[in-house]
Amino acid sequence: MLNQKDILATIEMIDNQHLDIRTITMGISLLDCCDCDINKACDKIYDKITRRAENLVRTGEEIEREFGIPIVHKRIAVTPIALIAAASFQDNINNKNKKSATPFALALDRAADVTGVNFIGGFSALVQKGMTDADKILIKSIPEALSRTERVCSSVNIGSTRAGINMDAVALMGDIIKQTAEYTREKDGLGCAKLVVFCNAVEDNPFMAGAFHGIGETESVINVGVSGPGVVYQAIRSIQDAPFDILAETVKKTAFRVTRMGQLVAREASKRLNIPFGIVDLSLAPTPAIGDSVARILESMGLETCGTHGTTAALALLNDAVKKGGVMASSSVGGLSGAFIPVSEDEGMIAAARSGVLNLDKLEAMTCVCSVGLDMIAVPGDTPSETIAAIIADEAAIGMINQKTTAVRIIPAPGKKIGDIIEMGGLLGSAPVMPVHSESAAAFIRRGGRIPAPLHSLKN
Amino acid sequence: MTAIVTVLGHDRVGIIAAVCTLLANRNVNILDISQTILQGAFTMVMSVDIGACEIAFGELAAELDELGKDMGLSIRIQREGIFDAMHRI
Repeated sequence: MLNQKDILATIEMIDNQHLDIRTITMGISLLDCCDCDINKACDKIYDKITRRAENLVRTGEEIEREFGIPIVHKRIAVTPIALIAAASFQDNINNKNKKSATPFALALDRAADVTGVNFIGGFSALVQKGMTDADKILIKSIPEALSRTERVCSSVNIGSTRAGINMDAVALMGDIIKQTAEYTREKDGLGCAKLVVFCNAVEDNPFMAGAFHGIGETESVINVGVSGPGVVYQAIRSIQDAPFDILAETVKKTAFRVTRMGQLVAREASKRLNIPFGIVDLSLAPTPAIGDSVARILESMGLETCGTHGTTAALALLNDAVKKGGVMASSSVGGLSGAFIPVSEDEGMIAAARSGVLNLDKLEAMTCVCSVGLDMIAVPGDTPSETIAAIIADEAAIGMINQKTTAVRIIPAPGKKIGDIIEMGGLLGSAPVMPVHSESAAAFIRRGGRIPAPLHSLKN
Repeated sequence: MTAIVTVLGHDRVGIIAAVCTLLANRNVNILDISQTILQGAFTMVMSVDIGACEIAFGELAAELDELGKDMGLSIRIQREGIFDAMHRI
């Protein structure tokens, strides 16, 4: 029989340390939904998603009940819509709707509503090297699409290690983020919380807002994202003052356990839904709940406040140990896999940002050693779009050079000033408005064109 | 199929009797029981076979939860797989 101590330890993790499965995300290919008639395309999309994901939420809840482990989100990711929409934007057809991809977002939103998932990702375009006409139409539709839908998430990949950084797309995204904030002004720019700009986006990420079903993927797939900052935090607290090698071992062991649970849930969901298992994403995803914070883990290693000197080193250790522990626990690891540092969704990050210790520059440095990037950061509403574009360019450069995924999810909260707090509710949390540098980067962004792909040798 | 029933809370007369009666009435066979008092708290872990159980897993879980509430205890049932996954390679 199982050891009583182990059984009680698991229950303690679930009850008091916020151990959960963060998300079961079903990826669905929409490549067979293209149609030159936009209405028909939208109908096909709606039909396919509602058919495939019919049992997703119910199955997730069953697993939750039987294993006694909370599964916080059930979600859907689809093929980047720009690829599907292209057929509907052909010249001389559907002129009336030609300039907008919003009908696709509305179809996704309806499908999400019917299937009961809380988010659907994939209102996306991959433009790391250049933009097609359909990509441009989709990107320009993002502000309207996110303001008229509740559950649709959007992402745009503007750079990669192989292609370089598409600076035309970066400049455009600066504008689009500002517009999205304006369109959702009455909710403090909430639309921007559902919009991610990526460099080196991955095709099997189960986490929102950046999930989409890559074109290298199978017809449909089950990906699972685990969580567990609270469990890691408690484990580190139990070995106060231990040297770093013991600290790293402790994190690895904890990550192993958490990931094994993710693997079990992924296999079980895959079997019950009769859909292939894809990957487990080994991410430490925080929530605004006390005791479920990545920042507090870093502080428990001996830092007075997250953001002070030493934070990047602490995060590097944490991120690496989580991966090492998790890799052995799952037959297939993928997605973003690493520690997330979303400011608004992490109680300790919020506190550190409010105290002024954690600023944008330090966060940018931290993203060099962890997944994923500048995430859920509120900045003043009057931040120029070129400054936002420049922030994206900096983050994309880190991803491009270091061959890793980086992202920006930033909210220029309309009418808000430094020190104000914006409330997004639920797991999106609340974010203090953080200062940006006031010196202009407009002339840099206006150049346009592409930053060439980097050299892959002479690494220094 | 094996599941693990855990009962946590303040000790009192009749806890084991009540839990075992409920399980017996639903045709659930008890494979193993271990029970201790940990820092004053009653702690019982049971391994049970639910293969011949007369009701769905969710209903059994709800009945145990209900019994727990009546007795001021936390009673839960979970499929064994989760513990195996987390604690055995």
